Amino acid sequence: MILDRIPIDAIGVQERVDRICSRSIKKESKLQALDLALRMMDLTTLEGSDSAGKVRQLCNKAMHPYTELPNIPSVAAVCVYPNRVKLAKEILKDSEINVASVATAFPSGMSSLEIKLDDVRYAVEEGADEIDMVISRGAFLSGDYALVYDEIAQIKEACAHAHLKVILETGELGSLEHVRMASDLAMEAGADFIKTSTGKIQPAATMPVVLVMLQAIRDFHHKTGKTIGMKPAGGIRTSKQAIQYLVMVKEILGERWLTPDLFRFGASSLANDVLMQWVKEKTGRYQSLNYFSND
Amino acid sequence: MPIHWEYAHAPESTDHVQYEKQYGLFIDGAFTHYDPSKSFDSLNPATRELLYQCTQADEKDVDAAVKAARKAYEEHWGSGKGSTRGKYLYRIARMLQERAREFAVLESLDGGKPIRESRDIDIPLAAAYFFYYAGWADKLAYAFPAKKVTPLGVCGQIIPWNFPLLMLAWKIAPALACGNTVVLKPAETTSLTALKFCELLQDIGLPNGVVNLITGPGQTGEYLVNHDGIDKIAFTGSTGVGKKIQQSIAGRNIKSTLELGGKGAYIIFEDASLNEAVEGIVNAIFFNQGHVCCAGSRLLVQEGVADRVIELLKQRMATLIVGDPLDKNTDVGAINSQNQLNTIQRYVDIGLEEGAECFQCEGNIPSSGFYFRPTLLTKVSQSSTVVQEEIFGPVLTVQTFRTTQEAIDKANNTPYGLANGIWTDKGSKIFHVGSQLRSGVVWSNTYNKFDPTSPFGGYKESGKGREGGVQGLAPYVHLESNVEAEI
Repeated sequence: MILDRIPIDAIGVQERVDRICSRSIKKESKLQALDLALRMMDLTTLEGSDSAGKVRQLCNKAMHPYTELPNIPSVAAVCVYPNRVKLAKEILKDSEINVASVATAFPSGMSSLEIKLDDVRYAVEEGADEIDMVISRGAFLSGDYALVYDEIAQIKEACAHAHLKVILETGELGSLEHVRMASDLAMEAGADFIKTSTGKIQPAATMPVVLVMLQAIRDFHHKTGKTIGMKPAGGIRTSKQAIQYLVMVKEILGERWLTPDLFRFGASSLANDVLMQWVKEKTGRYQSLNYFSND
Repeated sequence: MPIHWEYAHAPESTDHVQYEKQYGLFIDGAFTHYDPSKSFDSLNPATRELLYQCTQADEKDVDAAVKAARKAYEEHWGSGKGSTRGKYLYRIARMLQERAREFAVLESLDGGKPIRESRDIDIPLAAAYFFYYAGWADKLAYAFPAKKVTPLGVCGQIIPWNFPLLMLAWKIAPALACGNTVVLKPAETTSLTALKFCELLQDIGLPNGVVNLITGPGQTGEYLVNHDGIDKIAFTGSTGVGKKIQQSIAGRNIKSTLELGGKGAYIIFEDASLNEAVEGIVNAIFFNQGHVCCAGSRLLVQEGVADRVIELLKQRMATLIVGDPLDKNTDVGAINSQNQLNTIQRYVDIGLEEGAECFQCEGNIPSSGFYFRPTLLTKVSQSSTVVQEEIFGPVLTVQTFRTTQEAIDKANNTPYGLANGIWTDKGSKIFHVGSQLRSGVVWSNTYNKFDPTSPFGGYKESGKGREGGVQGLAPYVHLESNVEAEI
């Protein structure tokens, strides 16, 4: 399989990123952005130590992030390992919050395709609304694009009604040009969303990587008319960063993508920072982390 | 459900800035009184409101300024220690940094450029040039090996309105570093940061007469150029005026440097990183509203990628915010004056008459001041007026080419030769094309990047002499063979 190689100038990308970061988002536009960021959040717990209690705690946070003020929007989804999906689904059953599950031998993806497909089917049977898969980076880096493509296509089939997010693990891909190639490949193969990282290695999401992926989505839309979503995950801790990403989405893709259906933040500690800023904008008073629950 | 998300106004505060409503001249270390009988107004181009008034320097004033500069030069500055000059230049640089915010706001108020640019580019670069030349002041012997270095004397300097404080820094810093004294005339529409700069000079204790400021229109500049008492003229401005200056100084023993107009080619090859090349266009022609002598105002794009580049460019242009210069989110500010606005409109009209197609940014632009939408002119060719002549506004002409040689030929086919830009992912092409472009500056996969260490200047009708770098010292000194060293 031959992929188009789009030349990408890393310094030029950083220039565009710097320009985006120089936007000053204040007052009503800041409040709108914070509201959006909350609604776009996938609260995540992906640890070997995730017990039932841990998952319950996260789901409670998702449903009631801050009880002191009314009208705090709800997050988009909760993201867990396959064997915690059923519990999460049960706890969240009366809410609009989706349950996303990682699958395909997350985070490494180093197993047979059969096992990875079974992993997906299990998560879907348990009730997952969304599946976050990982691509085979080793195969990609050795140029076996056909294998990577086939895996995604088959996993998409195994997802049935569930949405598929394809994690590229951009921190392992080595260059922005590889990020672009992997993005194009994933979308061609059937991804509903392309996602930066597992969150298990550094670097996770960075602004240059996200810019390149958004450009890939824009060009894919131009070519096919399809709207694919994007999810930066890992390393987004502050409202300021989240808002900068929203500026990037608006200026690269347009306002159509400013919705949880097409853009998500994969984060855990971001929620409290956004809530703090949100409360400060609403009440005029600076907050302290002590007033927000640490789940 | 997608939302409509607009950026709220984010105005930079003007509470902290201080400036006078009326100014005199700055001669021999002191401000003269504002003279209402020879007054001229300076407007805020974003609002058309009167910002302040200046005094027009007449022949007598220019004479007083030149005499003050001569006195300072003869008595101490020309023969003094380089480390002393360095000390003052460092003080200037530090003080510019400390007062950066105020200078940035005033630069935007006076000239119309976005606060983002004056804050992030103009003022920091101005300070950087002073720092850089401060370092050379006591090391001139090493700048020109085996040469005896002496200053010229009194330098007349005339600067334009597009980068008022930065152009002042480009002129004053090397001149002072080399032991010269200065009489400087800022542009008629942008005197404010120069006047505030003279207050700064008083605050740092620069000796009287080392720098003198004469405000006024073109006539004041003529008095300066024609004055017998200057040893050098340094001019940045239009090629037309540059030629007049050349004529005025012919036959007189006066050194000169001229930084004149340009019509830079912005060349995008089919193997370029197209997204980044498009971002570079924004920097090349919409930066500072296109009021840039080295602007990349002629897009030359290889035919196979032309449609894609234009499409990407139009998408990018849709995200540009044209508005109040003091709003931190503004990308494109106000045009500097009614005159310049008329000039830009006239060129676009001529372009349309000659068969061009025009694309402009949509959306709201303020009606309160001098504003012009970023513009693309397609269906033009090498002989079109808009491709031949410098427009000096946010207007980009678009032409295609087929082969590398054609791109080089088209880029060079102009009386100007200030700057060009090459976009390609292939390193060998950068060397090949770059070495054949007849311009003082060639940027590769970038544009409008400046640094005090990097010499800047033109070929052909874009001028002569260089500013910046060790090369920028040469126009401000006499060099004689150091006989001892040659033995």
